[in-house]
Amino acid sequence: MAEKTALAKAINESLRRALEEDPKVLVMGEDVGKLGGVFRVTDGLQKDFGESRVIDTPLAESGIVGTAIGLALRGYRPVVEIQFDGFVFPAYDQIVTQLAKMHARSLGKVKLPVVVRIPYGGGIGAVEHHSESPESLFAHVAGLKVVSPSNASDAYWMMQQAVRSDDPVIFFEPKRRYWDKAEVNTEAIPGPLHTARVVREGTDLTLVAYGPMVKLCQEVADAAAGEGRSLEVLDLRSVSPLDFDSIQASVEKTRRLVVVHEAPVFFGSGAEIAARITERCFYHLEAPVLRVGGYHAPYPPARLEESYLPDLDRVLDAVDRSLAY
Amino acid sequence: MTVESTAARTPRRGAGSDAGATGTKRTTDTTGTTAKKATPAKKATPAKKATPAKKASTVKKATVAKKAPAAGRTGGAKPQSVAEPGLLQLLTPEGERVENAEFDQYVSGVTPEDFRGLYRDMVLTRRFDAEATALQRQGELGLWASLLGQEAAQIGSGRALRDDDYVFPTYREHGVAWCRGVDPTNLLGMFRGVNNGGWDPNGNNFHLYTIVIGSQALHATGYAMGVAKDGTDSAVIAYFGDGASSQGDVAEAFTFSAVYNAPVVFFCQNNQWAISEPTEKQSRVPLYQRAQGFGFPGVRVDGNDVLANLAVTRWALERARAGEGPTLIEAFTYRMGAHTTSDDPTRYRHDEERVSWEAKDPILRLRRYLESAHHTDEGFFAELETESETLGKRVREAVRAMKDPDHFAIFENVYADGHALVDEERAEFAAYQASFADADGGK
Repeated sequence: MAEKTALAKAINESLRRALEEDPKVLVMGEDVGKLGGVFRVTDGLQKDFGESRVIDTPLAESGIVGTAIGLALRGYRPVVEIQFDGFVFPAYDQIVTQLAKMHARSLGKVKLPVVVRIPYGGGIGAVEHHSESPESLFAHVAGLKVVSPSNASDAYWMMQQAVRSDDPVIFFEPKRRYWDKAEVNTEAIPGPLHTARVVREGTDLTLVAYGPMVKLCQEVADAAAGEGRSLEVLDLRSVSPLDFDSIQASVEKTRRLVVVHEAPVFFGSGAEIAARITERCFYHLEAPVLRVGGYHAPYPPARLEESYLPDLDRVLDAVDRSLAY
Repeated sequence: MTVESTAARTPRRGAGSDAGATGTKRTTDTTGTTAKKATPAKKATPAKKATPAKKASTVKKATVAKKAPAAGRTGGAKPQSVAEPGLLQLLTPEGERVENAEFDQYVSGVTPEDFRGLYRDMVLTRRFDAEATALQRQGELGLWASLLGQEAAQIGSGRALRDDDYVFPTYREHGVAWCRGVDPTNLLGMFRGVNNGGWDPNGNNFHLYTIVIGSQALHATGYAMGVAKDGTDSAVIAYFGDGASSQGDVAEAFTFSAVYNAPVVFFCQNNQWAISEPTEKQSRVPLYQRAQGFGFPGVRVDGNDVLANLAVTRWALERARAGEGPTLIEAFTYRMGAHTTSDDPTRYRHDEERVSWEAKDPILRLRRYLESAHHTDEGFFAELETESETLGKRVREAVRAMKDPDHFAIFENVYADGHALVDEERAEFAAYQASFADADGGK
């Protein structure tokens, strides 16, 4: 399609396509039907596919994921919505103890093609429990795939791939980018779901991000270019698995790495990236891998979130520190 | 480190599921005290309201067996007597057949041969269970969760199922597994520590055991929602215990199943104890009454009466097949042994309680009925004894023959589509293992 599509709309169209192509695909969650979701991501789907395909559920997250597991065992492919990041925890037990492990426990006899959609991250001035970034908590669990698109085109394709995956996929949607528009080529043939993308080529330092922070890193690269610095920007797309090969290739070129995410830095995905890249690229690195992210504190009230979230200056500062070694 | 030892150290909460409660007080209560307790409770609630409430639910009618010796109705949190109204019973502990206008129709076709079959199932299941307990004591299994005392609840409900129905068990449903045709030796793999499952769930429509209490109630509900979407008349049954009834997942399963009218039967084996906690610590109302608040019938059945369990489960399955939605069955039974082999029931319950329940033994009861109704003779029992010993021997040999899995099984089936990190770590592990081989070879 030639015109630009908002990220939320791209997911909507992707779900529509999935529902059309496979009668076993279901969309489930609180308010996903008549209302079309609180972010309207599922807008119009129930109208067109009916209440048995697009299911308004009781207000019970464990129930949503638990019944989705049962439906998957019966041969369905549920795509469930958790309304907000901070609400996923009642379902965390089902996701971690059941969804993630059942394939292994059955020695491969059972497949659980369940997608758990979670609008996540801050920057929209929301109240408590509506702005969190718990991706590391899921990436730590074997059996789950954890992905996050950064733009409308990826959102469209990654959702297609997630629905087709025979593994459970935790699909983190950057809610602050829901309204950002981009061209979506629905005819394209994308690479594997977990392949990172080089957003911008550079030679002096690599910025690695995913989801909502990719756009910020592009802005950082623009600003740095004004100062005569050439930054490479990598969009990971997937937190588990992580595309270490692409990160390594970039770091071997630029010799410097800064990882940016909204989640708290402590025990976050940046820590894993730093550790592994240090192992892989020890002799290439000119500086320690640096991380920019949230603090080890509860997500703050909306009026403070700009101080909490990585912004242009904090990332530029990290770039400076790296280049100073 | 052996797998067994790991398992032994993992009593898990899973351990706590089935139990239930009305503990010591119930068994010691006399008619007199019950009546006294009942009276104030009655006053507290609008008089006789309990009765109309019962009518409100379909189940109720069925449940209120006129037959049941009427002790006073207890009000809220007081322990329930086994003999209270509402306990469906078709065979007394003495082995006498009790007529029931509502439920007799569901077992009218049960032949003497069928009765012998039910007896055989219970005896062999108990024998298997005893063998597994012994194997644990001998160090062959890391842990075992015995079903001793719950044979009637499991065989009665299990034999009510059709092949195309689907079962979601907890981890003590060895009798149900038996009814599904799952080779009992397959149940032992996870207790020996050679796998975390051990059978193909779709082979016998019997899902893997679930250690996290109550989780499977939601899986059963979702599966049943799928059955309904498929437009078939299969039904789904979820087993859990009185302890699990406290879990949010069970409440959510009740909600979802009611809202979507899912063809699922919730079969709660109230064996009185959730590890050390009696049912009083799980609920202030009899568990079967919970269903009413969710909008579907709940019924309490004598869990030690195989015929009643067969009847009530058939009834509930028929409702499910007819599109009438979920049913909660509370099988009022007793865990004669420990929660698991890691448990010590002497720390929390009295011998008298167990002794009183022994008088209600499900197997003894059916044997008495078989003998008195002349359905069978000594030859049958002797033959079954031989068959039991053969089964025990087979189980023992099969367990001892179970090999530890290949080391690389750690990395198998973590993902269906593969995962780069798993591949990387498998390669690291292989190199590490190979380094030993090289070292050995060098010598």
